[in-house]
Amino acid sequence: MNAVEVTGIARRFGGVQALAGVDLAVARGEFFGLLGPNGAGKTTLISILAGLTRADRGTARILGHDVVGAYRLARRALGVVPQELVFDPFFSVRETLRIQSGYFGLRHNDAWIDELLHHLDLTHKADANMRSLSGGMKRRVLVGQALVHKPPVIVLDEPTAGVDVELRQSLWGFIRKLNRDGHTIILTTHYLEEAEALCGRIAMMKSGRIVALDTTQRLLSRFAGLTARVSAQRLPPEWTSRVRRREGSVHYVGLENYAELERLLASMRVAGIAIDELALAETDLEQVFLRIMAGSETTDETQPGIEVPET
Amino acid sequence: MRVAGAGWVTLLEKELLRFWKVSFQTIAAPVLTALLYLLIFSHVLESRVSVFGGQVRYTAFLVPGLVMMSVLQNAFANASSSLIQSKITGNLIFVLLPPLSPLDMYAAYVIGAMVRGLVVGLGVFVVTLVLSPGPHALAHPVWALGFAVLGSAILGTLGVIAGIWADKIDQLAAFQNFLIMPLTFLSGVFYSIQTLPPFWQALSHFNPFFYMIDGFRYGFFGLSDVAPGRSLALVAAAAIVLAGVALALLARGWKLRH
Repeated sequence: MNAVEVTGIARRFGGVQALAGVDLAVARGEFFGLLGPNGAGKTTLISILAGLTRADRGTARILGHDVVGAYRLARRALGVVPQELVFDPFFSVRETLRIQSGYFGLRHNDAWIDELLHHLDLTHKADANMRSLSGGMKRRVLVGQALVHKPPVIVLDEPTAGVDVELRQSLWGFIRKLNRDGHTIILTTHYLEEAEALCGRIAMMKSGRIVALDTTQRLLSRFAGLTARVSAQRLPPEWTSRVRRREGSVHYVGLENYAELERLLASMRVAGIAIDELALAETDLEQVFLRIMAGSETTDETQPGIEVPET
Repeated sequence: MRVAGAGWVTLLEKELLRFWKVSFQTIAAPVLTALLYLLIFSHVLESRVSVFGGQVRYTAFLVPGLVMMSVLQNAFANASSSLIQSKITGNLIFVLLPPLSPLDMYAAYVIGAMVRGLVVGLGVFVVTLVLSPGPHALAHPVWALGFAVLGSAILGTLGVIAGIWADKIDQLAAFQNFLIMPLTFLSGVFYSIQTLPPFWQALSHFNPFFYMIDGFRYGFFGLSDVAPGRSLALVAAAAIVLAGVALALLARGWKLRH
């Protein structure tokens, strides 16, 4: 039985087709990444899994439980870290976690709550009011709330936005441990290096559709190669089709291997073009992402809000 | 560790804690407001107004009206403000993600509202006992309690409906100021409708709040403008219909789940 199974899910908000028929299966124990630009439909898909949004058509199941028909079982199996930094200003951290635990019918859950506080580095803030917490701490409480009923399936919607680097590392250490312990993790993030490092399999979404779905390794090897960052006034005409991106006089040129680099340099020499600066980088997930987003056929105007890294 | 179906109890506890943590504002303030009404109106009107053919002093007549008014207004305020605050701040998601059924949510919000209304009503009653001397034996305490419970349930339910409907504090204030307040003030809190001209008397019979106050007052004095059984039937029917509406809205997820 799959942890998550989505079949033909579609959802329209007014004139916007947020999801245009999505099929997806995530096996138990996977660490799965859901990537896409803003407006791709990731959060809508997660909201349908969580029962926060209803699909116009299609079905979604968590561990085999339909999210509408068997919503109690489905929601018990699911923990969601929402994207928005929300909190209840009436309560302390511990109260917040106890209350959330109680909603799931777990009224004596302090041992696990203590463990959560420890892993999320919140023990010293247990009795502090939520209002007094920094953004990063509030984010960690949200993670705690999502895990308080030990859900077998955990969805993290941009969990590290606004969390500083050190805490991000410890948070991922904890999430990895949960994954090793058998929890299925579904992650959306804008930090593609996180997805590359953590996720075994990745779906890329655009305009309400899944435009790529494969293991992280295969996605990377699909676009294996190098990117040369060449600072020059112009490129020889035969190379302009290979330019992936241009910023003023900086050209990002896709190369299949190192031999091609020699050919590029040779043709530049022949054309008498001076190179001001040159750098090389191997393909990473951001480049794969950008190329898939650029290549997928769609009428949507949305552009990925992600920049090619300075390599 | 797992207790099936206990989720709604936690939501109720959260609702109680929420107003208890700010009890100065949610309990003490409305008690004070009711007392000010009592002091001012009784000072101005005690010697000029006759109610129930002179069988009941005006101040004594006013006490159950003010108690019930406090019960109703606070029950409404609790459920509606809790929901609108959670909607605006976004923390309603913590209630929407767990496996709580529409009935779970309804029960928790409405019982929480009833407790707040009844606590404030009791507060008003106790303070008036201290402040206004004279016999305070209730003629039919069970009737009084019955109307207080049903009235708070109705207003708690209206609070749930208004809280679900409103997107902004503004809209909720409109609901409160243009519907709840006029219906309460024109229900006979401050007067017996028998003193009204026939047209207004007849119109008062279309105000559901009138039956709650009149029935509650019957519990105090054994006297009422309308037979208490009839009031009880109407109030109970209103409670059932409104509960049906609120449950239907929660089941559809109207304005809560997209």
